[in-house]
Amino acid sequence: MSYRCEPPALSSHDTIGPAAHGAAWQLDRRLRVTYATHPLAGGTGPSAAPRVHLDNAGRAPWHPLARQAFLQALDEGWADPRRLHSEGRRAATLLDGAREAIAHAVGARTSEVHFTPTHTAALHTGLQAVAAGRHRAGADVVVGAIERAAVLHAAHAAATALGGRRSVIPADRLGRVDADAMTDAIAAPGVAVAALQHANGEVGTLQPVGRVHAAAREAGVPLVVDAGASLGHTEVGEAWDVLAADPADWGAPAGVGVLAVRGRVRAVPPGPQDGEPWAPGGVSVPAAFAAAVGLQAVLADRAAQDARRRELVDRIRAAVTSVPDVEVVGDPHDRLPHVVTFSFLYVDGEALLAELDRAGFAVGSGSACTSDTLEPSHVLAAMGVLTHGNVRVALDRTTTEADVDRFLGALPGAVARVRDLLGAGAL
Amino acid sequence: MTVPHELPHELPHDLPDGPPSETLDARGLRCPLPVIRLAARAAELPPGALVTVLSTDPAACHDVPAWTRLRGHDFVGQERHEDAWALTVRLRAR
Repeated sequence: MSYRCEPPALSSHDTIGPAAHGAAWQLDRRLRVTYATHPLAGGTGPSAAPRVHLDNAGRAPWHPLARQAFLQALDEGWADPRRLHSEGRRAATLLDGAREAIAHAVGARTSEVHFTPTHTAALHTGLQAVAAGRHRAGADVVVGAIERAAVLHAAHAAATALGGRRSVIPADRLGRVDADAMTDAIAAPGVAVAALQHANGEVGTLQPVGRVHAAAREAGVPLVVDAGASLGHTEVGEAWDVLAADPADWGAPAGVGVLAVRGRVRAVPPGPQDGEPWAPGGVSVPAAFAAAVGLQAVLADRAAQDARRRELVDRIRAAVTSVPDVEVVGDPHDRLPHVVTFSFLYVDGEALLAELDRAGFAVGSGSACTSDTLEPSHVLAAMGVLTHGNVRVALDRTTTEADVDRFLGALPGAVARVRDLLGAGAL
Repeated sequence: MTVPHELPHELPHDLPDGPPSETLDARGLRCPLPVIRLAARAAELPPGALVTVLSTDPAACHDVPAWTRLRGHDFVGQERHEDAWALTVRLRAR
């Protein structure tokens, strides 16, 4: 059965009170509609063909164990973990267990792991806190050009607050930051903090974190490593002083982030004083618990998933190059196992996304026309590769060979149609 | 000597001894249209021709150089005008 979920018509009798009551009633209806039509719940959506979701970076379907953990923690961990009664202590136990599990997974002490409101918040506060803790040593912040916007903005804010400057290190055509230039910049006097991501989530290229971290240690400069695209997918290692990670990227809830700060690093979290400076007011215990259980689950068979998804990525790389005028970007070997990115010449990225979406495929894009600002992806721009007609495929653990084959079967036609619309079919 | 305001697209067309040069006005067009217009015109011009694209789309600053690389042309340079970027390419010798 199905019914439409429309707001009730307003009548002259409506006042603020009844309207608020009506809104609650409407949400309840919406909840049931969502369950009935959700493809993962076995219902049928508006289209009969099953969707193939290939935009599983930064937000992936929940791992079943993460989901189970979340539901369990709703029952057992709903209370405020700061309270001293039994319910509060039960929630605190789940939260402590979550921190301990994540600490074990990343090679840190439990006391070094903090939950934050989001991954972005982890990057913002992590970078600013370390910069503030180092204000006597320096005021400059060194970052790679292909860092997430959150890092670039936090670096700017931190440098500005200290009266220093942000120094942005260029990347090469494969999307890898120039390790020599970064090392030199870190060794210069007056650097408060540096940041280099573990891998680029947009094009998949692994970064020279080992080398840069060694140089940073030598210079006494803490290195913030954004592992938001890596943790859960590839070995992250221990070449970091501050580590940020994203549960939503490994199939756990959004609405919680992870920040690990080595005990040797002096960090002063920004913002007004709070008992929990990394997440003022505390985080959602179910979200944190599900994040930790999800991470353990994905790490348990990471090697198998790595091999399986690398094979599918190779298949995509090979098939995509048979479409005329395409450039596959990012390092072909030294890369994340599940991400592959390519750009089609003479293609409007937004139109291609819409065309693929209509055909049942969800992909990501860094093209300007798909962003709110109309600015192209700063990562693609820094690499000097095409910024239009860009498609990013990020494979989930549940993505099958048949999903990939269906996508590859639909892609050339979609590209050709979009090119024809712009009169670029014969160029 | 070159004076600062003497930009590539302002060079006289069809210099007696030089290759032809022309300016393509793609202002107001959004990606990938500036590159599509450039590619369409390039197909009609002789090898070695200089083409300057005027574009208001920030993506063109990245995509025109990338196009020249993919197509084997030379990217001559870019200039910021008051209301647009001027991106100049030299078509490859065939």
